[in-house]
Amino acid sequence: MAYHSIVCVKQVPDTANVTAEAMKEDGTVNRSALPTIFNPEDLHALETALEIKENYGGTVTVLTMGPPKAADVLRDCLFRGADRAILLTDRRAAASDTLATSYIISQAIKTIGDFDFVFCGRQAIDGDTAQVGPQTAEKLGIPQITYLEELVSAEGKTVRIRRNIGNGWEIVECQLPILVTVIETANTPRPQAMRRVMRYKKARVPAELAMEVRREMPDASDEDRQAEVDRRAAAQKEASFPVEQWDLDDIKADLERCGLAGSPTKVFRVQSIVLTKEGFTEIPATEDGVRQMIHELVVDRTLG
Amino acid sequence: MIEVNRKGEVWVYAEQEDGQLHDVSLELCGKARELADRLGVKMGAVLPGSNVRSLCDTLIGHGADVVYLVDDEKLAHFQTTPYAKVVVDLIEKHQPQIVMYGATALGRDLAPRVASAAQAGMTADCTDLDISDVTDPKTKDTHENLLLQIRPAFGGNIIATIVNYDMWPQMATVREGVMPLGEVDSSRQGEVVEEKIQIDEALMAVKLIERHIAAKTVNLKGARVIVAGGGGVGSKENFNLIRELAGAIGGAVGASRAAVDGGYIGKEHQIGQTGTTVRPALYIAAGISGAVQHRAGMEESAKIIAINTDPDAPIFSVAQYGIVGDLNQVIPMMIKSLKERR
Repeated sequence: MAYHSIVCVKQVPDTANVTAEAMKEDGTVNRSALPTIFNPEDLHALETALEIKENYGGTVTVLTMGPPKAADVLRDCLFRGADRAILLTDRRAAASDTLATSYIISQAIKTIGDFDFVFCGRQAIDGDTAQVGPQTAEKLGIPQITYLEELVSAEGKTVRIRRNIGNGWEIVECQLPILVTVIETANTPRPQAMRRVMRYKKARVPAELAMEVRREMPDASDEDRQAEVDRRAAAQKEASFPVEQWDLDDIKADLERCGLAGSPTKVFRVQSIVLTKEGFTEIPATEDGVRQMIHELVVDRTLG
Repeated sequence: MIEVNRKGEVWVYAEQEDGQLHDVSLELCGKARELADRLGVKMGAVLPGSNVRSLCDTLIGHGADVVYLVDDEKLAHFQTTPYAKVVVDLIEKHQPQIVMYGATALGRDLAPRVASAAQAGMTADCTDLDISDVTDPKTKDTHENLLLQIRPAFGGNIIATIVNYDMWPQMATVREGVMPLGEVDSSRQGEVVEEKIQIDEALMAVKLIERHIAAKTVNLKGARVIVAGGGGVGSKENFNLIRELAGAIGGAVGASRAAVDGGYIGKEHQIGQTGTTVRPALYIAAGISGAVQHRAGMEESAKIIAINTDPDAPIFSVAQYGIVGDLNQVIPMMIKSLKERR
């Protein structure tokens, strides 16, 4: 049978490659100087869904939540083979913790409607929480299978999945629909297909059109800018790109459960890691130096 | 969610598989005992499983006043949905103020499911926990004795302290190895409360077909001294220097990701964010530059010796002893010096 998959993806700051340019003078990170990337494990989630579509037929819909710029990762999904892409963007969703985020994502998934699989990367590299996947599954009332390494088989509504459990692996069987989180050893994400890049590179969501026009026509009047936005929106409609922009009203979200109001966890304090040299002794790379150090470690009972 | 309950207990989720308690649960018992004493409340352990009654004494010996035992053959193998139902039902019945879980593959699967069902706050992967009064910067209300949930974020570049004012219980997963594993005190007394939770067949949706557990051959977490090598070691053959020093000093062999990726040594030796987190009495880092991902797994060590040819290597920032030099010369000197002392 054919399977309908929804893939949740996220655009994240590239926290793994904090370069010297991204460091401030006081040794802390300048977040705005970090480039944004497609969250690595989400690419593996997308690949899993695309392989299912190839092997069994069906569709792949991608969903992301974020600012207008997050549409970058949606286009990337279209270039790699996704059929439909939805950006959920709304200022009222800002400052959502994982509980509020999973509520919003689950409402968006319910709005999309019928599905067999929801795929997510195991975790995003900006927060590393791995919570939104399981929390979304709970809100959808479906089982979750975390840490997929391989879809072993799919027959009708019954699937077998091999999952990595840290100190080994297990194969589990389950009835669809389910939510699955995917780890990076699952597969090798395919590259963008040039034909699809040509076809979808001009796809934009409405919020991006407004930003682009503001940037390109800084001196124009509001009316002229609006006219240009309308013109571009009409061109987008004409091209019927498979990208959509939704807000919290579109998914009938209860605002009390979104953003700060819906978030139990609050950030009380943030300390940047500043490299210090407190209590540091440099030991000369000589036999005497090393002998003295070992002696100190024995005296303070670290050794022996 | 439950109401703010200042008399609520401090709970640990007792993770077990095949009747074996996970070390991290016992590490957490020690921390939970300390927090419960500071709050003047009882410390409880939640133990779901099948034929696991014998584990209650261990949990009591590590500090639990009460063990909530849910012994049911349906719980023979871990499955998210029925296990989550057990924990959520017990939270609603007993209203604990704090619940902590190990940040293991299992804990990070179970805990967010529980948090969603209970509509309570959940902080992942904490490296420290504390109790403090907190003033909300917006409302200026002061909340007494909140759980400070401290964790690295943003790829380890910042440390965030998270609090939960009102959507209780306050819940967190805690990374393995960051809390010390205390000695068991078999004279401690505690109570075992047997709980029956209705587990409907519909919850048993995921069937286990096959499981393969890899034998753990390296005990990095239990080691008092760890000698770790990085990319600077240069080759698989040269990694024997690291092993020799470990042998001379009576320590375990660790490695950075660069050494594992270079094929110098197996992944089971890897220390850092994607490997094991350790806090030995002494950590010797040889030829390890000290990327944040590695430091996150070892910086809690009591003493750190760094050996590196690059005087600007970040590893020196967390070390007490720094030797700028070639490990191929320095390590033989250390071995010689250690042997002289015998």
